[in-house]
Amino acid sequence: MSKQAEFKNHQREIFHFRLRLVVSIGFVTVLLAVMLVRLVYLQAVRHGYYQTLAESNRIFIVPVVPNRGLILDRNGVELARNFSGYTLEINPNKTDNVEATINELSTLIEVTQKDRKRFKKLLAERRDFETLMIRSRLSDEEAARFAAQQYRFPGVEIKARLFRDYPFGEKIAHLLGYIGRINQADMKLLEDNDLEANYRGSDYIGKTGLEQSYETELHGTTGLEQVEVDAGGRAVRMLSSTAPVSGNTLVLSIDVKLQEVADKAFGSYRGALVAIDPRNGDVLAFVSKPGYDPNPFIDGIDTQSWDELNNSPDVPLNNRALRGQYPPGSTVKPFMALAGLHFNARTPEYAISDPGVFYLPGSSRQYRDWQKGGHGSVNMFKSIVVSCDTYFYGLAIELGIDNIFDYMSRFGFGKKTGIDLEGETSGLLPSQEWKMKRYRQIWYPGDTVAVGIGQGYNLVTPLQLAFATATLANDGVAYKPHLVREVRSLRSSENRFIAKDPIYDLNIDPAHLDLVKRAMVGVTQPGGTAVYASLGAPYRIAGKTGTAQVIAMKQGEKYDAEKIAERHRDHAWFIAFAPAEKPKIALAVLVENGGHGGGSAAPIARKVLDYYLLGKVPRPLTEAEVKEAGEHD
Amino acid sequence: MTRRQLWQRLIAHLDKPLLLGICSLLLISLLVLYSASNASWVQPINQMRNIAVALAGMWLVAKLPLHYLMRTAVPVYVLGLALLIGVALFGEISHGARRWLNLGVATVQPSELMKIGVPLMMAWYFEKNEATLTLKNYFFAALLMLLPVALIARQPDLGTALLISASGFYVLFLAGLSWRVIGGMCVAGLASAPVLWSLLHDYQRHRILMLFDPSQDALGKGYHTIQGMIAVGSGGILGKGYLNGTQTHLEFLPERTTDFIFAVYSEEFGLLGNLILLSLYAFVVMRGFIITGNASTYFTRLMAGSITLTFATYTFVNMGMVCGILPVVGVPLPLISYGGTSMLTLLLGFGMLMSIETHKKLVKS
Repeated sequence: MSKQAEFKNHQREIFHFRLRLVVSIGFVTVLLAVMLVRLVYLQAVRHGYYQTLAESNRIFIVPVVPNRGLILDRNGVELARNFSGYTLEINPNKTDNVEATINELSTLIEVTQKDRKRFKKLLAERRDFETLMIRSRLSDEEAARFAAQQYRFPGVEIKARLFRDYPFGEKIAHLLGYIGRINQADMKLLEDNDLEANYRGSDYIGKTGLEQSYETELHGTTGLEQVEVDAGGRAVRMLSSTAPVSGNTLVLSIDVKLQEVADKAFGSYRGALVAIDPRNGDVLAFVSKPGYDPNPFIDGIDTQSWDELNNSPDVPLNNRALRGQYPPGSTVKPFMALAGLHFNARTPEYAISDPGVFYLPGSSRQYRDWQKGGHGSVNMFKSIVVSCDTYFYGLAIELGIDNIFDYMSRFGFGKKTGIDLEGETSGLLPSQEWKMKRYRQIWYPGDTVAVGIGQGYNLVTPLQLAFATATLANDGVAYKPHLVREVRSLRSSENRFIAKDPIYDLNIDPAHLDLVKRAMVGVTQPGGTAVYASLGAPYRIAGKTGTAQVIAMKQGEKYDAEKIAERHRDHAWFIAFAPAEKPKIALAVLVENGGHGGGSAAPIARKVLDYYLLGKVPRPLTEAEVKEAGEHD
Repeated sequence: MTRRQLWQRLIAHLDKPLLLGICSLLLISLLVLYSASNASWVQPINQMRNIAVALAGMWLVAKLPLHYLMRTAVPVYVLGLALLIGVALFGEISHGARRWLNLGVATVQPSELMKIGVPLMMAWYFEKNEATLTLKNYFFAALLMLLPVALIARQPDLGTALLISASGFYVLFLAGLSWRVIGGMCVAGLASAPVLWSLLHDYQRHRILMLFDPSQDALGKGYHTIQGMIAVGSGGILGKGYLNGTQTHLEFLPERTTDFIFAVYSEEFGLLGNLILLSLYAFVVMRGFIITGNASTYFTRLMAGSITLTFATYTFVNMGMVCGILPVVGVPLPLISYGGTSMLTLLLGFGMLMSIETHKKLVKS
């Protein structure tokens, strides 16, 4: 290209650009004109109309917060309720020196160190234009004392509010969860779901447990009040109102008395218990020990108490029933036996001669039975009754891991049960594929041997095991476990029952079921591993004990030697259903560091079964009876 | 060096008319903020700090010679893109949207950086290929824009994605994208509207529908629109007077210091005040166009034009939202609304305009 041409080109380009610039100026001019026209329309043409609106916009639209729905147990006992009271609140936007104001206030009304700490925390996470609570639950006298002095405290006001209260405290915390103040993160979530309008004026939202998972049911619909105000912004009269609609009442399937019995039965043990009605999936008791008191969380727990809870070696905030994952131990044996029958790996009559140790073909590695010397001749019935490890080592090898994985997952192992709580963990049901993905290793026969008795890679949650037991108890017809039975609406007096249809039927051969169930009854009869679970019971209990080995401890080094020893003890399992012929309740009990399932877990189960079926707890066993019954895996 | 010389050197690269317009708007910002926060000094003082930081940034950028400015294009763009990809992969989900990236020292919102990064990169690209521009180049430049826009839209932050597309489109337009293609794009856009509609989230549709009937959602976003229009309309010709807006001071107006600050101004200063405000904005935009017209290189022309048009667009979108002719999207009123990040981004842009104006003679000679 010659210089001349290039110059010409440049000139042409400049010309084109100028043209575009002119179009741009035209575009902006149009925007400006549109804006001007709109402003003239609003401010000159329609001024009168908006003037009137602004005048009558002495009308405030005040949100009226609905009452939060109650939570009742299956017999109507209140588990979460509301009561009204006063709070003292500070609006930091209207207060010059918050610190000085609080000091001044404390001369009038008691403000504790905890109140101050909580206030600081609220201040840090506050939303715009929000008033913050400095004291809750003022007495009438305190409210009156402040009201008389209110003129001295600009930006400080008394508010009447409904408070949430959980009368059963830590006995039911893991199930109910708690509500807490709406923070910026909650607000963002509400905005993203376009729910913030319904939360205008609301201060609380469900943070965990049922309070969280049923938030939309419990919150209710915010009402509106149109209030006329004078020039100073004070309400003069109410013009119209839309009443708020209270949140729906949740009726749980939980029987709180049974829950209390179960809670008490644990004594000082840590662990979990889940009891389910196998006929419909109603969760009757849902215990995780230790619990914690949810009440202080509502208005923001102070840092010190929080640290105590959060750093406790007993991890009270961990929901063991829902999230705790433990090896199932021998509790898998009834399910393994069903798998063996299903795949024709063994007939019921086939008996092994148990020397107390098992070898894989061509290997000298010993897999020991828990009973030194073995159990003699063992068929399937006896293998469950005495919890014979050797029998199940062999069965597992004959089945192969693929069949085990297939059959066990039918009972929900390795999967979430889908209960109506958030944060459920899925346990672990190992497979060849899983091991390759996780460890980049092929599956060895030795792995299968361990899986056969519920050790190795297996992990289950107490909820999962309870669900599997319920499914077995109900002859393979599974119901999704649920804590809420019914949602009651105050407005329409319409009651919605939570799904009661079975989710699937495993179509198990009745003969197989009969054998395994009879064997599980044998477990609680003389000769079984949990014989004193049924001592003196007027009904028959089907059960199975289990022991989960504690392999490693995370925070081990923090505690002294004695404690380490205690915390390295095996976890004890017991699963059961009763009455064995027509089960009304199925449960799984886990006792952390409880040793043998028959020793610590079975008595807890017995108390729960007795209370549910007979309405009373069993008398304590005498030492002689305990001795006679013996103690096994 | 005398004090006078020192002063001369300090302000050497500041464009006086532009600075005058900007400072007038900033003064109005402080004035209105004081009223909007119910005669409290807290927010105006914070805003002064924001302004000070942003002005310092502007001054620094204005001193940068053009070739430095150009050299920042690729690093800024690549950094922004890397951060956006980082957000998509490891970003903190702040409930439903991944917008923030935690770098250990600070959390950043890379989409903010791309408001400058995208037009900068596109202008740089056109400059590099100036001699041999074909349709392919426009296509590639559009890709440079769409890549970050898609990432931002996925976060999801539709508002910012649209505004960045606008500034990118302005570069394409100024770079001489043929009218036929523009026309084609318009037709395609209209044709795909029903498809886009079906892709929107429920709440996004809700916001658009609400534009036609704000009373449907009197407690939520519709409340904002209704109260905004009442504030503007009741201001009338002369306004209710400074600190006398009932809508503002009885706290009917939401987000008075940020997105709806225009309603506060309109209520208290009326149509007359608005004429002054619009004139100031028009003055700044006109000055921007003059700088664009004088710009000596392809890169600076595109950059200056895009910055100016984007500024005008932001202003219009915010005012339109307050006056109920555009949906409620979270766009602040440039130079007036309370906030540090947008102030910084805006004044850095103006710093570039000033650099383009005050360094052009050096380039020519």
